[in-house]
Amino acid sequence: MTFRGPAPDAVIVGAGMLGAAVAYFAAAAGMSVIVVERGSIASGTTSRCEGNLLLSDKEVGPELELAHYSQYVWRGELAEHADLWEFEAKGGLVAAASEAQRAGLDALAEHQRSLGIRAEPVEGPAALREIEPAIAPHLLGGVYYPEDAQVQPVLAAHHLLRLARERGAEVRTHLPVTGIRIVGGRAVGVNTPDGAIDAGAVVVCAGPWSGDVARLAGVDLPIRPRRGFVLVTEPIPVTIRHKVYSAEYVENVASSDSGLQVSPVVEGTPSGTVLIGSSRERVGFDAGFSAEAVGRIASAAARLFPVLADVQVMRTYSGFRPYSPDHLPVIGEDARMPGLWHAAGHEGAGIGLSVGTGRLLVQAMRHATPDVSLLPFRPHRFADADAA
Amino acid sequence: MPDRTRSDYDLCVVGAGPAGLNATVTAGERGLRVALVDVGVQPGGQYWRHPDERFPDTLPQPSATRRHGWREYRDLDARLDALVRGGRVVHLAGRHVWGVHPGRPFLVRATAAGEDADPVVVHARRIVLATGAYDRQLPVPGWTTPGVMAAGGVQALLAGHHVRAGRRVVVAGTGPFLLSVAAGLAEAGAEVVAVCEANALTGWAAHPLRTLQEPGKLVEGAGYVTTLLRHRVPFRTRTVITAVHGTGRVTGATLRRVDRRGRARAGSEERVDADLVALGWGFIPQLELAVGVGAATRVDVDGSLVAVVDDDQRSSVSGVYLAGEVTGVGGAVQSGAEGALAGLTAAADAGRADDPRLRARLRRRIARAHRFAVAMHRASSVPVDWPTWLADDTLVCRCEEVDTGTVRAAVRDLAADDPRDVRVTARPGMGMCQGRMCGFALSCLVSVETAVTPAAADLASLATRPLATPVRLAELAEMADGEEG
Ligand SMILES: Cc1cc2nc3c(=O)[nH]c(=O)nc-3n(C[C@H](O)[C@H](O)[C@H](O)COP(=O)(O)OP(=O)(O)OC[C@H]3O[C@@H](n4cnc5c(N)ncnc54)[C@H](O)[C@@H]3O)c2cc1C
Ligand SMILES: Cc1cc2nc3c(=O)[nH]c(=O)nc-3n(C[C@H](O)[C@H](O)[C@H](O)COP(=O)(O)OP(=O)(O)OC[C@H]3O[C@@H](n4cnc5c(N)ncnc54)[C@H](O)[C@@H]3O)c2cc1C
Repeated sequence: MTFRGPAPDAVIVGAGMLGAAVAYFAAAAGMSVIVVERGSIASGTTSRCEGNLLLSDKEVGPELELAHYSQYVWRGELAEHADLWEFEAKGGLVAAASEAQRAGLDALAEHQRSLGIRAEPVEGPAALREIEPAIAPHLLGGVYYPEDAQVQPVLAAHHLLRLARERGAEVRTHLPVTGIRIVGGRAVGVNTPDGAIDAGAVVVCAGPWSGDVARLAGVDLPIRPRRGFVLVTEPIPVTIRHKVYSAEYVENVASSDSGLQVSPVVEGTPSGTVLIGSSRERVGFDAGFSAEAVGRIASAAARLFPVLADVQVMRTYSGFRPYSPDHLPVIGEDARMPGLWHAAGHEGAGIGLSVGTGRLLVQAMRHATPDVSLLPFRPHRFADADAA
Repeated sequence: MPDRTRSDYDLCVVGAGPAGLNATVTAGERGLRVALVDVGVQPGGQYWRHPDERFPDTLPQPSATRRHGWREYRDLDARLDALVRGGRVVHLAGRHVWGVHPGRPFLVRATAAGEDADPVVVHARRIVLATGAYDRQLPVPGWTTPGVMAAGGVQALLAGHHVRAGRRVVVAGTGPFLLSVAAGLAEAGAEVVAVCEANALTGWAAHPLRTLQEPGKLVEGAGYVTTLLRHRVPFRTRTVITAVHGTGRVTGATLRRVDRRGRARAGSEERVDADLVALGWGFIPQLELAVGVGAATRVDVDGSLVAVVDDDQRSSVSGVYLAGEVTGVGGAVQSGAEGALAGLTAAADAGRADDPRLRARLRRRIARAHRFAVAMHRASSVPVDWPTWLADDTLVCRCEEVDTGTVRAAVRDLAADDPRDVRVTARPGMGMCQGRMCGFALSCLVSVETAVTPAAADLASLATRPLATPVRLAELAEMADGEEG
């Protein structure tokens, strides 16, 4: 079966958080879109992550700016829907175990403050425990980020797509994109087992699989999977009020090492379970259990919150962050293939950054000047670097 | 940190039911060093569940718990004992295996299930997974009222503790197991108000020869029927329970006549009084360890996900063998034979002498039992339209308290269109039991709502549980040191 009727303005490949956000903003701007997803909605990384909207872990630069802009969208244009995806401004606490870490955190916080991010110093162990009573006594202090928030990513993706459908978008699940149609050097649609779908633009939102989809158009997009594990505990009465993590986390997020890195990230959820992350390693799409990663996450979490040692872990899961070599997402039209657009490669921050990304991308697709410059995120920058 | 490792086993068998016990003694007697791990304190599994042997005289022995093949169990137990005394086999009882992981070549990690056991990590060259099955549960309005039990649970109380779970009982569901439970209850002195079989039994009549070829089964079935006749227990076909009544405690149930698909016939309601409702809809193979090692799976005739084996009980993963209900629910005889064959194959693959005659005999026994099981499953399938009995406020998932209406809304409003998707949007199966109880029911309900039959991949995603049982965080943290690997 071939798609009938007038060709839509865009066909979006992938119904994860990014595909949902792009579809929502496109439909809201009056564009006609079709989303094509090979599994069900949010069947990729979006259902295997944690859903934090963080400013605290971002180093100064374009990603922080995008994070800031996304916060503004989550809390502004999308505020009326916040309850649908369980938006909670719970605040983040970064704790330091050594004086050196503390100094590093302080320096980062100072810079973040200069950009208008609220980052409040927490002086000493007592102040730390006032914010988070169950935290380990050996921690020296840290920084508190009241703007750090959280959403339930699977609900966010489903509801954004529902809102998009109400504005005319079409979502086709269990349908893989198997080819990208190119006419006269321009991407004009996709092929699927159900036939071709022509469109004004093709938007790749395939998360860690985006490189494979881009290759269908003969374009090299160096996005790779970076695996992360999360542990889920039984529901417990001890409340962990904020998202709490150790200073190494910020270092690991920014690192490009392919070996296993672990830093504890602990947060309570409304159902009483505690989510404990996470690890980072580049092992391809290996979905197997890693005793080392899970063991080290458990051990680090028990050091951060000793009360967790005796809690039962009922589940572990893992997901593949879409990783790009310079840790920045690719957002915008691909100069090598007109008509081919990307919104991918957000690594460990795709939930938080999704709505800013979607809004900016749609501004660019409609030939408006994006509220935040997309230049640092241009898809062909890696090719530029090779050429240079 | 205490040293938990048990190194250098030729074989680790998980599960000490008919399948696991047979695998253990067969492999042990052929010279393999075997570690047998089971949750239970004493061997026997589901089938040979019996009161605690440490206190032999404290419990009465009602005839209802007389067990088929008890002599066979005694024999296996004696052979196990001899192997344990001879140092060939170690029986790690009271341990729940939560993961089977790669590492020289396998690491079997188990947590303590009871108080007198420690966690263990077994290094083994080969693995037999014989983890059995558990009760398949289908929700119905009122099913969370105390006094509603799974039929297997009722039977287990009778067999393991000599406890009769109620005085006035309705037994409902499908399959010959209902007869066994009803007979046990009647002999234990309960009044069985009715046995409701959802299917017409013409299915059985359609395969009489197959039934005759399985002599053990036939005798068993006849025994139950005699008992039920003697106690004048009414047996009704094409009848189901569509609602359970009572607040705080079961007081009765509504029975309805149904058509082939399970749609209730108008005007067929009948209310009966009872203080116990036993529901038996078959069994679900316990597959998380098999799925966890990456063994290939398929959907069996009864709609359950089962693991695939070759004619010698090898799974698709080298060094991993599967036996018993994990390969398909087929009863104790089939499970025992599969276990013996798995033990024989593991020993042969490890270079021990084969026994071609025994192998041929076991294969024949398995094939015969399998034919019977297929006929039984065909005759006692879960009616496809059973989810139409559910009200919007009927809970599907008890752990997370997710009701039917919420599941339906996830499909209708959020376009969640497979069981995995519904699970992550509406949270059924995300609680303590991780979908063991509601997974099957959820997949049926979603299938009715979306008009798509669940595929093996859908069921496998629901059976994927990297932790087969909850584990203390501190115990997981011990893996960080990596010394055990
Ligand atoms: C352990 C872990 C924790 C994380 N925690 C956070 C966090 O706290 N906060 C945060 O912001 N981010 C977090 N992330 C990162 C976040 O999950 C990702 O950045 C985000 O989900 C990426 O969304 P996506 O839409 O780009 O990709 P995906 O969700 O993977 O979606 C891509 C979709 O494309 C589909 N697809 C692929 N190929 C095709 C094809 N050929 N045809 C059709 N469809 C196709 C896939 O099926 C998939 O559904 C975490 C990630 C991990 C692994
Ligand atoms: C109450 C009841 C009555 C039955 N009556 C009959 C009958 O009359 N006739 C008949 O033919 N069949 C009957 N059956 C079916 C019969 O019990 C099974 O066919 C048989 O027990 C299957 O043997 P198995 O070895 O595969 O599994 P099981 O007997 O279930 O043994 C599996 C064992 O593995 C253990 N185990 C599971 N997971 C783990 C883990 N992760 N770690 C450690 N240990 C684990 C379990 O605790 C259990 O001991 C009955 C079943 C039940 C539940």
